[in-house]
Amino acid sequence: MAKVLIIAEHDGSALNPSTAKCVSCAAAIDGAEIDIAVLAASATDVAAQAAEISSVSRVLTIERPENEHAVTAVLAPQVAAMAGDYSYIFGPSTTFGRDLMPHVAALLGVNQVSDIMSVEGSHTFKRPVYAGNAIVTVEAPADSLLVATVRVASWPAAAGGNSASVEAGDASVEVPSHTRYVSLESAASDRPDLQTAAKVVAGGRALGSEEQFGLIYTLADALGGAVGASRAAVDAGYCPNELQVGQTGKIIAPDLYIAIGISGAIQHLTGIKDAGTIVAINKDEEAPIFEVADIGLVGDLFQIVPELTTALD
Amino acid sequence: MEKIVVGLKRVVDYNVRVQVKSDGSGVETDGVKMSINPFDEIALEEALRIKESGAASEVIAVSIGTSDAQQQLRTGLAMGADRAILVTVDGDIDPLSVAHVFKALAEKENAGLVMLGKQAIDGDNSQIAQMLAAIWGRPQATFASSVTIDGDTARVVREVDAGLETIEVDLPAVMSVDLRLNEPRYVKLPDIMKAKKKPLDEIPLADLGIAGGPPIKELAYAPPEDRQRGVMVDDVAGLVAALKDKGIV
Repeated sequence: MAKVLIIAEHDGSALNPSTAKCVSCAAAIDGAEIDIAVLAASATDVAAQAAEISSVSRVLTIERPENEHAVTAVLAPQVAAMAGDYSYIFGPSTTFGRDLMPHVAALLGVNQVSDIMSVEGSHTFKRPVYAGNAIVTVEAPADSLLVATVRVASWPAAAGGNSASVEAGDASVEVPSHTRYVSLESAASDRPDLQTAAKVVAGGRALGSEEQFGLIYTLADALGGAVGASRAAVDAGYCPNELQVGQTGKIIAPDLYIAIGISGAIQHLTGIKDAGTIVAINKDEEAPIFEVADIGLVGDLFQIVPELTTALD
Repeated sequence: MEKIVVGLKRVVDYNVRVQVKSDGSGVETDGVKMSINPFDEIALEEALRIKESGAASEVIAVSIGTSDAQQQLRTGLAMGADRAILVTVDGDIDPLSVAHVFKALAEKENAGLVMLGKQAIDGDNSQIAQMLAAIWGRPQATFASSVTIDGDTARVVREVDAGLETIEVDLPAVMSVDLRLNEPRYVKLPDIMKAKKKPLDEIPLADLGIAGGPPIKELAYAPPEDRQRGVMVDDVAGLVAALKDKGIV
């Protein structure tokens, strides 16, 4: 039996889909018995959502006021205190998991496997390195606890319909006050979340201005999709940083990705390799994006995009 | 604060299209351009700006590796670091051990800040800053896109999936920096000459008495499955037809 503890990612009320993706990865380990830990100020709502994920045995809640925001210095000692007889502790490869899990690993005196793409054996995994230009098979020591992050773009969300038991977990440990949450500035949006959307429309530097980047939003809305961007577009100030797709932004795997005015730097392509269908619209027929695109269209985006929006609306 | 310790990792230059070796033992590094990990360069730039603002008195560049990494440390010195330390080791070193090296040096130097890149572009692990914060028992501020030092605390804006998160940390602290924090300065020729005279100490890893974690073994490297080039369409009507054909719209 392989006992796995997954650390839930949530915003205090909604469970992030990254958690159900971690469950899919954990379930790929032979004989996995999967628990989910929900650390929150008030865990009831999130725990109820976690209990619905298939393959989950138990949801363990750790409620304390300090857990209102996900501050690693506060959460990590509690997670380490829960390690007990687990063989695996998993978190997502989102900024939440990337911040938290190595800290947990170090508290427990072990190394961490980052970004699991596939499970090859009980302690053997594949993960991307060099911006996805190489895939390395790694083997973690079988006789010690394994802490890992799960590359969310590589795994489908586990199905719902379960009703796992929800129990109060035990993680009474002192937490430091040297790290304090102040605020979160988020571009509020009714659009689907970029990391989990089925369709994504992304714009690059060729959009030319923040105003003209609006074309991307309009097309995304016509498709019911999320909006993404290249690093160049974010750096130029056309859109907020959380829309960046690529090695240092979000790594996504939508069914449809439409890249508009994005040349396709290797760091950007890293972020979309797992997309179902890639559509590229670019005026430069030599742009590297066309080498990976399933459907390519060379032309003026300012003419094409409004036309496409009308055709799809 | 007196000192800032900055980590500079020697990596394959970010413009190089890496090739997996035919025997799967790693990626080709023979005759390949090596550079400072770009995120580490941003960390050094930020440390230098903090020093120039008067909030720190010394910037120490640290690398871990073979003597080849002297090259990257000299570049760091030319950028403006005051001195450099190379912790020498042959072969690979696991991330937890790397974190222990930085802890040992942070304590030895009584550092107020340790600044690192948010990830190295070779292993893409993104672990060292978080591990260091854990074993040093100090705050971590990862993925920083803005850093403001205010006496014994720092206010850091972090690039997180949901947007921009602001946190406040007590110093000493560990920071890992993101792309938009700053644009590193260019090194000028006189600075390169001056850097040759700056101290660069070497410390064998064994002298630090580090005990890391059991290493994670790399069994084999392989190239990723490439996507195939698809079809080109002539106009929007062709694009819509192709999407409909795939059942996507």
